[in-house]
Amino acid sequence: MLEFRVNGRPCRLELGNASLLVDALREPLGLTGTHQGCDTAQCGACTVLLNGRAVKSCNVLARQAEGADVGTIEGLAAPGEWHALQLAFSRHHALQCGFCTPGMLMRALAMKAEGVPPEPAAVRQALAGNLCRCTGYEGIVAAICEWLGAEHA
Amino acid sequence: MREFEYCRARSVDEVLRWLRDGTDSKLLAGGQSLLGAMKLGLMAPERLIDLQGLAELRGCAATAGGELQLGAMQSHASLARHALLRGLVPGLARLASHIADEQVRSQGTLGGSLANADPAACWPAGMLALGATLVTDRRELPADEFFTGFFSTALEPDELLCSVRLRRPRRFAYAKFEQAASRFALVGVALAQFDDGAVRVALTGGAHGVQRLPAFEQALGQRFAAEALQGLKVDAALMSSDVHGEADYRAHLAGVLAARVVQDALTLEST
Repeated sequence: MLEFRVNGRPCRLELGNASLLVDALREPLGLTGTHQGCDTAQCGACTVLLNGRAVKSCNVLARQAEGADVGTIEGLAAPGEWHALQLAFSRHHALQCGFCTPGMLMRALAMKAEGVPPEPAAVRQALAGNLCRCTGYEGIVAAICEWLGAEHA
Repeated sequence: MREFEYCRARSVDEVLRWLRDGTDSKLLAGGQSLLGAMKLGLMAPERLIDLQGLAELRGCAATAGGELQLGAMQSHASLARHALLRGLVPGLARLASHIADEQVRSQGTLGGSLANADPAACWPAGMLALGATLVTDRRELPADEFFTGFFSTALEPDELLCSVRLRRPRRFAYAKFEQAASRFALVGVALAQFDDGAVRVALTGGAHGVQRLPAFEQALGQRFAAEALQGLKVDAALMSSDVHGEADYRAHLAGVLAARVVQDALTLEST
């Protein structure tokens, strides 16, 4: 029996030890906002927060999250509401197909705690583990810079 | 991935007991290399021993002897940001900050990287250049004896890497030419100069695992300047050929990077 907290809610799951964190979130818990892209820890679409740190949930065993706090895109804002980061993504047209977006948002969220400055070069470097095949990153970088700048102000 | 038994260790003794009870066990540090290998079926242990709960494998502190002790379970990201490491060996913190990407760095660990001894990894080159001491549950190994080749170390099957100790260099720098997708080093060169003038140069991305470049060390020991390396070449026989680059190209890159790290070491001095 695996016990952890997801978006603040205690969860108990029956899972095989070989289950990945992304599998635990998507299947038994139905939190399909965490996307499984490459399954090789490269694309970053499956990025979630593990005790506040951004990790690739396709490269972490669910068991490794035992007792931990996991944050997913579903916990970003209450239903019907938008997180300031989501609004910034909307303003800057920071998505097209949207597949990478949950991972981008979770990655950006962790940047604040890491002290990433609201500057394009720093944000691009911090975003190196998240691939977007639509936007060319311009809008994503602008949105994150705007949000980091506002939060720092 | 094939099913396995999962155990989270509460003490070093418990780790050693599990390693010795006859079950095919693998140690799980951050898992950033191991889980990928298991997904590909390259490894299928019967048991994973998760080390994340062992506080004694964490920390980054100066020892009474003036050395720096880094816990094996420190993540790359935590060391990249660690004020003490950034102050004493800024080039090593910089090395940590350029491993893979932030998500991998936040989960992957120093000890995992060293024990895995991937021939294209960054930490082994840094620790070999620094002449670090690798501390296990039972002994202390100099980096020169620890790394024994391609994905190969001197660790016994039932031995646990606990920490790494290093003396403060006068200068240290590391540069790599990244493989663009993985950010592993296609070739990387680490260089340390010590207060007695001795220089150690380590090459990663080679065919046989991390190794030193004695001719480069000697030249730089006599004169610490990029010009001292003129005429020196890295032997292509040290390198491998694959889809990312031929051996002679990699050997050429190694020479270029060696000159570059000398320059970096002169500008990025230990303070």
